[in-house]
Amino acid sequence: MTTRRTLLAAAALAGVALVSSPSLAQKKYDPGASDTEIKVGNINPYSGPASAYGLIGKTIDAYFKKVNAEGGINGRKITFISYDDGFSPPKTVEQARKLVESDEVLLIFQSLGTAGNTAIQKYMNGKKVPQLFVATGATQFGNPKEYPWTMGWQPNYQSEGRIYAKYILDKHPAGKIGILYQNDDYGKDYLKGLKDGLGAKAASMIVAELPYEVADPTVDSQIVTLKSKGADVFFNVTTPKFAAQAIRKAAEIGWKPVHLLNNVSNSVGSVLKPAGLEASKDILSTGYIKDATDPTWKDDAAMKEWEAFMNKYFPDGDKTSSFTNYAYTVAQSLVQVLKQAGNELTRENVMKQAANLKNVELGMLLPGIKLNSGPNDFYPIEQMQMQRFDGERWHLFGPVMSGEIGGS
Amino acid sequence: MAAREDIAEVAAPRVGGLTFPAWQRLLTVGVLIVGLAIPLFVRNFTVFQLTLVMIYAIAILGLNLLTGINGQFSLGHSAFYAIGAYTTAILMDRFGVPYALTLPVAGVICLIAGFLFGLPALRLEGLYLALATFALAVATPQLLKLSLFERWTGGVQGIVIVKPDPPFGLPLSQDQWLYYFTLAVLVVMFAAAARLISSRTGRALKAIRDNPLAAKAMGIDTALYKSLAFGVSALYTGVAGALGAIVIQFVAPDSFTFFLAVSFLVGMVVGGVGSIPGALIGGAFIMFVPNLAEQVSKGLAWAVYGVILILVIYVMPTGAAGFVRLVAGRVARVVSSNR
Amino acid sequence: MELFLHQLLAGIATGGIYACMALAVVMIYQSIDHFNFAQGEMAMFSTYIAWQLLAWGWPYWGAFAATVALSFIGGVVIERTLFKPIRNAPVLSHIVVFIAMFSILNSVAGFTWEYTIKSFPSPFPSEPLFGNRLISAHDLGMIGITVVLLVLLYVLFRHTRLGLAMRAAAANPESARLVGIRVGWMVALGWGLAAAIGAIAGMMIAPIVFLEPNMMLGILLYGLAGAVVGGLTSPVGAVIGGFAVGIVENLAGTFIPVIGKELKLTIALVLIVAVLMIKPSGLFGRTAVSRV
Repeated sequence: MTTRRTLLAAAALAGVALVSSPSLAQKKYDPGASDTEIKVGNINPYSGPASAYGLIGKTIDAYFKKVNAEGGINGRKITFISYDDGFSPPKTVEQARKLVESDEVLLIFQSLGTAGNTAIQKYMNGKKVPQLFVATGATQFGNPKEYPWTMGWQPNYQSEGRIYAKYILDKHPAGKIGILYQNDDYGKDYLKGLKDGLGAKAASMIVAELPYEVADPTVDSQIVTLKSKGADVFFNVTTPKFAAQAIRKAAEIGWKPVHLLNNVSNSVGSVLKPAGLEASKDILSTGYIKDATDPTWKDDAAMKEWEAFMNKYFPDGDKTSSFTNYAYTVAQSLVQVLKQAGNELTRENVMKQAANLKNVELGMLLPGIKLNSGPNDFYPIEQMQMQRFDGERWHLFGPVMSGEIGGS
Repeated sequence: MAAREDIAEVAAPRVGGLTFPAWQRLLTVGVLIVGLAIPLFVRNFTVFQLTLVMIYAIAILGLNLLTGINGQFSLGHSAFYAIGAYTTAILMDRFGVPYALTLPVAGVICLIAGFLFGLPALRLEGLYLALATFALAVATPQLLKLSLFERWTGGVQGIVIVKPDPPFGLPLSQDQWLYYFTLAVLVVMFAAAARLISSRTGRALKAIRDNPLAAKAMGIDTALYKSLAFGVSALYTGVAGALGAIVIQFVAPDSFTFFLAVSFLVGMVVGGVGSIPGALIGGAFIMFVPNLAEQVSKGLAWAVYGVILILVIYVMPTGAAGFVRLVAGRVARVVSSNR
Repeated sequence: MELFLHQLLAGIATGGIYACMALAVVMIYQSIDHFNFAQGEMAMFSTYIAWQLLAWGWPYWGAFAATVALSFIGGVVIERTLFKPIRNAPVLSHIVVFIAMFSILNSVAGFTWEYTIKSFPSPFPSEPLFGNRLISAHDLGMIGITVVLLVLLYVLFRHTRLGLAMRAAAANPESARLVGIRVGWMVALGWGLAAAIGAIAGMMIAPIVFLEPNMMLGILLYGLAGAVVGGLTSPVGAVIGGFAVGIVENLAGTFIPVIGKELKLTIALVLIVAVLMIKPSGLFGRTAVSRV
């Protein structure tokens, strides 16, 4: 144990030294990196209640296969080690420790879920191992002062909630808002964002806020209540299955509110189509990634590239799910960071480069949306744009908006 | 171990000049020595995993006291595990209580909770009790999220707690210290369970399991004993939960799903219903076999797990403890007939 | 008042789901004398088979019939291969095998068909009936099918020799064997019927909740609750119990402040336990007398 700790300390010192005198010619490695490989760890729920997200891990794996087949990153191959935590925090802790202490990865990338990431945050920061681009939009993962080794990626839920609030205040200032939300941190973050955005008007405008549990068979009862309470603005904070149920039930009982659907569930192929395209007409949402099932991007060059990748490296993958293009894009972000890190593959430098993304454009991001981060800004993507569904495809409208949570 | 004595007394076979109970004592001491030595030779990560095995073993033992000894089913022990974990987390985080002192508190609270749950459960037998406890397990995460208690429980966010350092400047890592701490608790709890089973109370509990009507006719207060069994069982599982919170450093509603309760049940059956040492085997099973299954196939990990489980039941229908007893019995017979 | 009426109707619609599942639960209880915790996953798996047949271009009712037949055979095969060898093992071993089946079916379904939700067609018209928008044609159709199944089961168990033999085999295997009933095959038949009913339930439920590998866990719990409230020995009771659970769940969730909306699930379950305390064999079940 002592030997490893001294090594680590030595490596950290070396990293500090390099920061002050940037001579990049020299090669520097922390555990998990060498002349030939970079070990990247990952934790995903391949089983259990959230197993739908397992697709993200599988797509990332496929993408790194592509990177390796095309020569790797600065000549080094990525070894992607991904474990299942079944969406259970104790298992997340076990798997994170396995990755860090047994597999000795350079960093853990895209570990999924708020609870799991909260469970390992202290450990990762104590060990000074990057917990990079976590797969959750909870606001607590962009706090470089307290947790310099943890960084988010996607626009955080609270910012998105604020964007909807802005829209409501602008277009429906007298609206009566009904909210359906998942009873967990994700649902509550959206709720907080919306309420903060509405400010003093929140109390008078919100007529009902109803939670549901993942174990609930349906949300029919909640939809019926929201309609009876006279809500004419519907803020729908649900995961894909419940989003589809809510959209269909609302159409079935003839409730036609201004429907604001959270970004989590705005995939045409895996939510709107199952719910019914007619019933989904006029739904509003926000986006930052191109939706592969939206015909708008049929001839888009980046989309074609993505399709070619899917056909070659992940032919069994579900192309209608938005998770595949999300994963593709986040994997590209990591590749960008590792490229920037060059030959200095220390944990310190990985974090430094992750916090040094400047106007990075990735093909699958919506036009005008770029990755930006800094030493005090651990939210790489903060921009989103509102969009309206016309029964066939999403139409972007309004300006590219940026969230107001987080630094710089 | 009481269950083994029955056989030993009847057959009284000697293997290598020693009787069954003597072999058992020897084995116990051997296991204990190995248990004390292991953390000094393996990596911290392995130490951490073994600590979790012991924690699960305590929880499974708790379930075993209810099912194996008293014959009541429970699919809801994740609830008591959660109560224990939250008690410790809240005491440590909100009130600054030292971790060691939270264990007895967690135990007592679970004893009361288990006893109270046992009262209505009295009227429910077999299947109905299984359903009521199943419902309890499914409802647990929702109860933990309840906004009324959010001030203490942290709601959906859960509570992060600090890992304790070894006391008195002992030259151990945090993981090694927690391992020994857990081992000490485990030894106490296992010994207590063994005494309980062979005591008057234990015999009453077993009488209720084997023939409730006869037990009643003999003047055993079945209602009291059954509720008590529920309470003690919950106490064990709650202490395990408390240890789990300290080792994992985090509690959240998602940690205590129905799936955890099912794991305890699987661990109990695989280890051997009614067997005290079997609980350790059960704990190791639910800790390591899912990882093993994941190595075989990522996409079908749980299918592999299911197949392993079925095979285990086929090969050892009475669990590991029953299997060992069977093999030991055969060995003894072969040895004595060769003489 | 309007809200009450709406919730009542919504409760009946959801109750239909539970009633359908409760019927499958009673079926298996009648033949093996305990629950099958993998029953929901079996129904889910059957529904995926139907989905696959439909995706291959089969007509709805053709796929429906084929799925029911395949599920029946599947149920019989599971009993003959998995449970026959451990017939004399303790009940807990059976429960563990149920758990094993649960994880196998769930994992294989997710591996084969992905975890993304799929829409499943309804055989009933999609326009609202009689201008009412609170109970859809599918809800009514599902309730209708549940009632038809109920009548068939009633006839089977009360008025046929086969049904009588099945009941005898479950209630008292030893005596049944003595009077010449092939107990093993009766149990297998019960498994087959339970699997077939589960398949129908799955195909009726999937259009409402969407098809995905984890769709049945919550429903199975409510289905079990419905069956227990109504009485495990009574198919009629199970169906009524299913509706009762659906209605109670919706009304409690709507009208009990704060706790109601956050603890919808818990309250429904507490009520069920309460019913059991008062009448341990369920509202319509026969009381079991234990012998010394």
